[in-house]
Amino acid sequence: MMLCARNLTLAGRLGDVSLDLSPGQVTAICGPNGAGKSSLVSAMAGVLPVAGRLSLDGHDLPAMQPRERARLLGYLPQGGEAAWDVCVRTLVELGRLPWQAAPMHRAHADGAQDREAVAQAMVAMDLEHLIDRPLSRLSGGERARALLARVLAGCPRWVLADEPLASLDLGHGLRLLKALRDQAAQGIGVCLVLHDLAMAMNHADRVVVMDRGRVVADGAPGEALSEAVIAQVWGVTGRWLGPEGARALSL
Amino acid sequence: MTRLNLRLVGALALAFVASLLAGRVWIDPFHPDVPGAGLILMQLRLPRSVLAVLVGGGLGAAGAAMQAYLRNPLADPGLFGIAPSAALGAVLSIWLGSYGVSLGPWALPVFALVGAGGAMALLGLIAGRSAGGVALFTLAGMMIASLSGALMSLAISLSPSPFALSEIVTWLMGALADRSWHEVWMAAPLMLVGLGAFVVAARSLDALTLGEAAARSLGVDPRRLQALLILGVGCTVGGSVAVAGIIGFVGLVVPHLLRPFTDRRPSSLIVPSALGGALLLVVGDSVCRILPLTGGELRLGIALSLLGAPFFLALLWRMRDGVWR
Repeated sequence: MMLCARNLTLAGRLGDVSLDLSPGQVTAICGPNGAGKSSLVSAMAGVLPVAGRLSLDGHDLPAMQPRERARLLGYLPQGGEAAWDVCVRTLVELGRLPWQAAPMHRAHADGAQDREAVAQAMVAMDLEHLIDRPLSRLSGGERARALLARVLAGCPRWVLADEPLASLDLGHGLRLLKALRDQAAQGIGVCLVLHDLAMAMNHADRVVVMDRGRVVADGAPGEALSEAVIAQVWGVTGRWLGPEGARALSL
Repeated sequence: MTRLNLRLVGALALAFVASLLAGRVWIDPFHPDVPGAGLILMQLRLPRSVLAVLVGGGLGAAGAAMQAYLRNPLADPGLFGIAPSAALGAVLSIWLGSYGVSLGPWALPVFALVGAGGAMALLGLIAGRSAGGVALFTLAGMMIASLSGALMSLAISLSPSPFALSEIVTWLMGALADRSWHEVWMAAPLMLVGLGAFVVAARSLDALTLGEAAARSLGVDPRRLQALLILGVGCTVGGSVAVAGIIGFVGLVVPHLLRPFTDRRPSSLIVPSALGGALLLVVGDSVCRILPLTGGELRLGIALSLLGAPFFLALLWRMRDGVWR
């Protein structure tokens, strides 16, 4: 399912952004603060109303019923808020809401499909041993995994995540990225906002660089995150060191 | 039915039966030889206890829904300004009555419902024009509450006689004394509609646990949710103010007490909060009835505030320690 954005515009945040994103690969959106990365991802998730066209496999996204759209697009906002101290299982089950119709849906949440999807999301995020633990007793890495498992439990065709690696250490960040790569290998589209350029360089299939609401580079990581682009967009002089797939940015 | 709901239903059933027997005149169920026991039960205590169940249930459920909607354990159904607006309507009817305007026996609850309806309409207009943000909506509710409070104070300060003033102040304290089946029939459909609105909104309230953006991405329509909340809070809180006056703290205290016994999902808390609110009001009203006070009964609104204010302070104390969810 191709996710296409055409001429997305939002005053002061997005300026005529057009993108065609392919499923089955990890696309990283990079850029300095205020570049419009979060606005782009939330607009694609249908959360932020913008001018322009958004379509999924040719179907107009804004015209879809909210629940239908929610089944196709899983969105993880920045920050990972959870108002109540629910346990991991309850949090992950929230991802099944777009599939549930009954108002008091507790009984439905025990449905076989829901149980299966929740279990698979738990396995994908390595959360089986934390199933009954409240969020307040999770580490930052466990919490990030639980929040992403909530998105995966909805069995979306696209995962749109805004800085899912924020506040994660290197090891946890890599494990989360690997889980997302596994999803992409199964044909899911994955689009991430990433601040860590080395992560994007080594683990994304495609990188979109944004600056002041516009796309300034788009392509394979080595191309889009070239030293010239980094100097132009971030205003720093850096050099990529090391072999392909294990590069480090030296500043 | 969950184990928690079963326990609450059991406790409510016991408290309900006890409330029928307790009062200035105690009725022994095994020797009901009190003169006029049948009349006391059927015309005084039964409607009063049924009303306590309805009002407490409505306020408890409204509290759970409000806390879920605002994602704040300190939210109270009064925040939307519907309770003060209903109270303003009631005060206006007493005020007009004291000026000799003949309004009929149903003026007070009808005026209160009109006040609640006015606040609901105003909130609906604001919600319809906003992008559905919770903060703007809440601020609008607080402004309506503030305006209604100011107008109520104005009506009190301009009350034509000490009798009118006394009547207004006494009514504002909230009570279930001297209520009849008429109030029950007025409150029952409103509470049922309100509870129905909360049940329909439960799935969306669950999604709001993850914040507004995530809830939208899960298919929640914020305007529909706001409309359901306005309807639910309008019917339950407006209806309860119309028949019983201002009864505070039920909506704040009950969801708090019960949340630890649920999976903390908002949809899991609505029905227990309704049952818990009903239980609290049935017990509270019975206690008000049997307390040996000179000069009449302790007003239910005062009794619950006496209980609620220390509870609120304890909550703030816990918040200070970072334990508040």
